[in-house]
Amino acid sequence: MEAFCFILTGSFVALSCGLLGVFLILRKMAMVGDAISHAVLPGIVLAYLVSESRDTIPMLLGAAAVGVLTTLLIEWLYSKARLQMDASIGITFTWLFAIGIILISLYTGQVDLDQDCVLYGEIAYVPLDLWILPNGKMLGPGPVWITGGGFLLILGLVIFGFRGFEITTFNPEYAAAIGISTVFWHYLLMSAVSITTVISFESVGAILVVAFLIVPPATAYLLTDKLQHMLWLTALFGVLSAFFGYYLAVAIDGSIAGAMSVVAGIFLTLALLLSPKGGVLRKQKIPSRTVG
Amino acid sequence: MEFFSFTDPNVRMVTLGSMLLGASAALVGCFTFLRQRALVGDAIAHAVLPGVCIAFLVSGDKNPWVLLIGAVIAGWVSLIAMDFITNRSKLKTDTAIGAVLSVFFGFGILLLTAIQHSGAANQAGLDKFLFGKAASMNQQDIITFSSVACFLLLLIFAFFKAFKLVSFDPDFARVIGLPVRVLEFLLSTITVLAVATGIQAVGVVLMAALLITPAAAARFWTERIQVMMLLATFFGIASGFFGSYVSYVAPSMPTGPWIVMLLSAIALISILLAPRRGLLARTRLQRNNARKMRTENILKTFYALGESTTNWQQGFTTLALQEKRAFQPAKLKRGISHLRRKGLIERNKEGLFQLTPSGFTESQRVVRLHRLWELYLSERMNMAADHVHNTAEAIEHILTPEVEQALLEELGHPIQDPHQSIIPYQSKRK
Repeated sequence: MEAFCFILTGSFVALSCGLLGVFLILRKMAMVGDAISHAVLPGIVLAYLVSESRDTIPMLLGAAAVGVLTTLLIEWLYSKARLQMDASIGITFTWLFAIGIILISLYTGQVDLDQDCVLYGEIAYVPLDLWILPNGKMLGPGPVWITGGGFLLILGLVIFGFRGFEITTFNPEYAAAIGISTVFWHYLLMSAVSITTVISFESVGAILVVAFLIVPPATAYLLTDKLQHMLWLTALFGVLSAFFGYYLAVAIDGSIAGAMSVVAGIFLTLALLLSPKGGVLRKQKIPSRTVG
Repeated sequence: MEFFSFTDPNVRMVTLGSMLLGASAALVGCFTFLRQRALVGDAIAHAVLPGVCIAFLVSGDKNPWVLLIGAVIAGWVSLIAMDFITNRSKLKTDTAIGAVLSVFFGFGILLLTAIQHSGAANQAGLDKFLFGKAASMNQQDIITFSSVACFLLLLIFAFFKAFKLVSFDPDFARVIGLPVRVLEFLLSTITVLAVATGIQAVGVVLMAALLITPAAAARFWTERIQVMMLLATFFGIASGFFGSYVSYVAPSMPTGPWIVMLLSAIALISILLAPRRGLLARTRLQRNNARKMRTENILKTFYALGESTTNWQQGFTTLALQEKRAFQPAKLKRGISHLRRKGLIERNKEGLFQLTPSGFTESQRVVRLHRLWELYLSERMNMAADHVHNTAEAIEHILTPEVEQALLEELGHPIQDPHQSIIPYQSKRK
């Protein structure tokens, strides 16, 4: 039962992150996703301090706002201050993350977070964190519900917004020409990434979210050129990483989230070496060309 | 205040060590910044963690030299992995960086937690690598990291010219026969070394800031790499000093975030206030340019209104100006009051606006430049007469007296522009 809880939570996180990560890496915004996952930290701490609870709704709204703010800050540094892109990203997320850590250190005791938890989460506490209704009915571990709800939210977003994400990712000029707002879909994606980060935060921490955002989609991208296949493969690799990661963590008694990202990395390495299209260890077939 | 007396030898050591770490990271960061590899530095910093853990597992000891070697090796492996992914697969650079960063870091966290759970003796303190803690450095640590920092400084001094060239223009460096691959290898090595030592002060997560933020801030103040490196080093030293001070007064605080806060504040100030490249300076320049164009356009309109009757000594209403040229009313009003302050326009007895003598001369100058340029384009560039107006409209605000002189000589002090309008020269008002 315990193992099932861990794997289920890990899978929900991997699925929500992976679905969004596909669009992030196709838009060459993987590192913006990385920056957002760091930058929501002060938002989370402030939400704790202001609401003095872990109310989900204000937290998610706050997260979405901080995510958009991060993107705006990066874009401001890039276009208005004319700083190069990599430095804009680096300065923005280190600054916001530093604020978050300082807030945590200042309000230890008031905030139910510690620095280590920020980095790799507390998935190990998932089965302990039971969710009990006021009438005494037990619903099972809270984080499973929260990450599950987050997954449904993201799944709905990707299904209903599929066309919009697809067209603004692959053909922004055409999208603009037929009146689809690329700006809207851009910020929708950024908000969704921030919300996912916050939902996944307790379970896997701020940084390992990045592993789930980037690594399974990258693995899938190596194996296919079709967007829908890529989404399915990402989901598959995400769940497999959660599954094997859990048993790896048990085997060497280490962080479950850390182990899950290691397994995701192993899949990526295998895809790099063996992928049928352009795998390094396979001889690349050069399609024979005929003239005329 | 006790801190600033430096009577405690430990405080002295820690402060000196942090300053040296800050300086070397900032100096190396200048090259990282110029080569646009800021996020690669971030990835290396995260990737160093498993190296530190493996070194500890192998040696069972927290000897700083051993941990450093582990960190450097892991940093190098991550660099190779990123290059490999970018060059040999269809994944883009940012994906490669993000993937390597998160997988290496996850691996490091896995090892770190496993070490902690194993209850191995003397493992406590390994987690200081996450957020840095200057005060927890012992004497051996400081000697190790300071000697590495000195080695880095020496290396940079020795190869400064070559590094500079490779950072700015690797193709040119290759053409003039520099061993570019060796130099790039050296540059990567010093980045890895600076990261591996710098994480003592700020930790792996925020290391990117120690590397990049000083360089980015310094870039706003200067165009010269030497000055930039000096400034960045100074910012690095200041942040190292500040970090060890925080460690001293608030031992429960992680040092790294405070160092980053100071660096970010410096960067923000530089972005906003630096002369010329700073945001405020550039905004002011833009506003001045826009005002210059607007007022010159107003003068030109006065000239055009007067030209129809060849009488420039009459007044006009703002409405008449707007009929001649589509000004925004508010901007026209501001432009006119600016011109009145400068004494180029006055209000006559009927309450209408008219050119003063110096305003007339100035309006002649702008119209002359406009018409000279039109003539130049149609005569020397063979452009059709109806195609030259728009570029002249833009360039009349930019041409300097030297260019004007050259145009006059080139065209032989012409009398008419391509539209058969008279080109006005300095003369008394008719």
